[in-house]
Amino acid sequence: MSLPPFLRNVRVLQLLAQILFVLLLALAAGFLYANVTTNLARQGLTVGYDFITNPASFDIGESYISYEASDSYGRALLVGLVNTLVVSALGIILTTVVGVIAGIARLSSNWLISRIAAAYVGVIRNTPLIIQLAFWYFGIILKLPPVREAVALPGSIFLTQRGMYLPGFEPTPAFNFWRIYIWIALASLAIIWFMLRLIQNRSELPLPLWAYLAYIVVPILILWVGFVTQPEPPLKANLPVLTGLNFRGGLRLTPEFAALLFGLVVYTGAFIAEVVRAGIQAVSRGQVEAARSLGFTGAQALHLIIFPQALRVIIPPLTSQYLNLAKNSSLAIAIGYPDLFSIAGTVINQTGATIEVIVIMMLSYLSMSLFTSLLMNIYNSRMRLVER
Amino acid sequence: MTAIEMQPPRLILGPVAWLRKNLFSTWYNVLLTLLALGLLYALLRPAVQWSLTEARWGVISANLTLFMVGQYPRDQLWRVWLSIYLLGALLGLSWGIWKHAARGFALIALGAGLAFAVIGLLLNSNVWINWLLSVGILLGFYALGRILPARGRSILTLAWLLYFPLVILLIAGSRFIPFLSPVPTNIWGGLLLTLMITIIANVVSLPLGILLALGRRSKLPVVRYFSIGYIELMRGVPLVTVLFMAYLLVPLFLPLGVRPPDAVIRAIVGFILFEAAYQAENVRGGLQAVGRGQYEAAQALGLSGPLTMSFIILPQALRAVIPAIFNSFISLFKDTSLVAIIGLFDILRVGRSVLAQSEWLGTHREVFLFAFFIYWGFNLAFTYGSRRMEEALGVGKR
Repeated sequence: MSLPPFLRNVRVLQLLAQILFVLLLALAAGFLYANVTTNLARQGLTVGYDFITNPASFDIGESYISYEASDSYGRALLVGLVNTLVVSALGIILTTVVGVIAGIARLSSNWLISRIAAAYVGVIRNTPLIIQLAFWYFGIILKLPPVREAVALPGSIFLTQRGMYLPGFEPTPAFNFWRIYIWIALASLAIIWFMLRLIQNRSELPLPLWAYLAYIVVPILILWVGFVTQPEPPLKANLPVLTGLNFRGGLRLTPEFAALLFGLVVYTGAFIAEVVRAGIQAVSRGQVEAARSLGFTGAQALHLIIFPQALRVIIPPLTSQYLNLAKNSSLAIAIGYPDLFSIAGTVINQTGATIEVIVIMMLSYLSMSLFTSLLMNIYNSRMRLVER
Repeated sequence: MTAIEMQPPRLILGPVAWLRKNLFSTWYNVLLTLLALGLLYALLRPAVQWSLTEARWGVISANLTLFMVGQYPRDQLWRVWLSIYLLGALLGLSWGIWKHAARGFALIALGAGLAFAVIGLLLNSNVWINWLLSVGILLGFYALGRILPARGRSILTLAWLLYFPLVILLIAGSRFIPFLSPVPTNIWGGLLLTLMITIIANVVSLPLGILLALGRRSKLPVVRYFSIGYIELMRGVPLVTVLFMAYLLVPLFLPLGVRPPDAVIRAIVGFILFEAAYQAENVRGGLQAVGRGQYEAAQALGLSGPLTMSFIILPQALRAVIPAIFNSFISLFKDTSLVAIIGLFDILRVGRSVLAQSEWLGTHREVFLFAFFIYWGFNLAFTYGSRRMEEALGVGKR
């Protein structure tokens, strides 16, 4: 038996295989769709996004945008999204600091420091985040003393079981006049950056390290002029003070927020430490030795030779750690921080709009992930261009 | 002329010199060391003091069985022990036959078994007999493995492949086997539940991951874009949302009249869907590591596409990703703790229910630290064993 010639054509076969694949997918999807509609019909539910404008009528513990129980479900989900974004953004900044310090500490020539860093990384990476969060929240923060016996740390920081109180700042009447100085100081940073680049491009030698001090000295000078000419500083510290049964003033972090942020930062920091260590170790010893024999000082070699090369190795895995942190913030539900996932759960419970809310939730997380990796990819490609 | 081989003299530092070199070499190292010592003292002193005086560790020993197996029927516990004995036998046999490759895992198991026996004795519980028995079985089968002819090797591989389905059957039971009455999954709990979910999800997600990885490298655009879309979707959302979705949507997706499976099965479905995407990326890494020459050589020998894949490319690719697969086993083991969120009784949730007992109110630290140590110890042991195995097999070197 011989096949007709067009069936022996590879391209026709490939096309047929794809059509078959699509058909199978469509069949599976149709089967699931039919099941879902009959199941929903039996429960008397309809699919649709009408519920989103109905009043949510539940309270949310903390929110960065105005919200009341009479607001809509859509607003409630938005509150959750903003809460997730706030804790993720803060977490990413803090965990980078923790991770880089721990990563460098692991490579320290000081035995004690490198052992401590290794123990931190080893223990934290090998245990589940959700148990760490439960431990920080139930085991540490909720066991702190009550407000009246708050643990006072230097710098007007108070730890209590009702949350953490930090010094805050509030603008003084002179703040409006200060704006001009602040803008000039910021503009000076851009100008310095531009000037240093110009000088760097003209000269063969790397700039001496003290040239970078300009970044610190010039803005301070500008602000100093401000202090001389203005009657009062732009911001005044707003310290938390114990008055009666509670603290007044200052900045309050709820126990849930504090535990979640702390847990996420500690957990992701351990992973970033490994990323940083691997990145630095990926730069071969020869590079350091070559830099030293060309007459670079240790600091110059680190800054101009090792870091740019290490960064190239570090950025891709660092991106995925940032994404992990944002995704892991969904574990907030275990300790009662109202993030997107936890509010979505409440909305599903109240409305029964399971599929719709899950779609909203997944799309939100997905676009967060895609947006972050887009940003990091742009940064990554810029680093590469600088390199070669 | 013979070359005189001489090792450079070993550098031996006295304790004072060691301290000076490693802790006090420069002025800032002195500062760092003192700072670190101060910090350690400030943190460890209250921690040690608390754990020796205030902590009520009784909450752990009183509820140890609950932490280990949850509500699993106490008169059926012999099935769990049998699984452990079988594991001991297989580990001992592997140690005897495969020597170095399995020695890490076997030694870890040996140490753990002895440690548990001692703990059982200290707690005045009868389990020390069971643990001692498993250690004995391990050693006995090691001796057996040493004298077994080389033919035993292929049987051993088969035995390992059969072990996991057998354990699932043992624990779950079946209506058709007289001694094994079915134990519904909703009363599985504790460490047992964690381990069962980890094993099942890993075993099932690997083949799916291989298919997805092949799909992602396929020349057919439809298949390729489907695979990419699936993998990126799963990698872009948190595991918790996938679990939650499986928990809520699996009953909706089933046709009318089919009884929806209970929460454990739904959770396992969620884990499989999620883990398949990650396994696919692991396998893709392995596929990329196989050189073009392998494809060309297979083609030159006249092998067809599927034959090339299954006999030439995949075996090499999978061998290259053994470390990555071990890693995802560990991370899946950690991630199973998320099932507490959808209401399954894993270690964390058992801990919460223990904390609700009036006798043990307020023992949060003890309970969570215990859960912490279970995961940590298990992962440490597994990492050690798998690293020894990779070293012995030369994975990633040849």
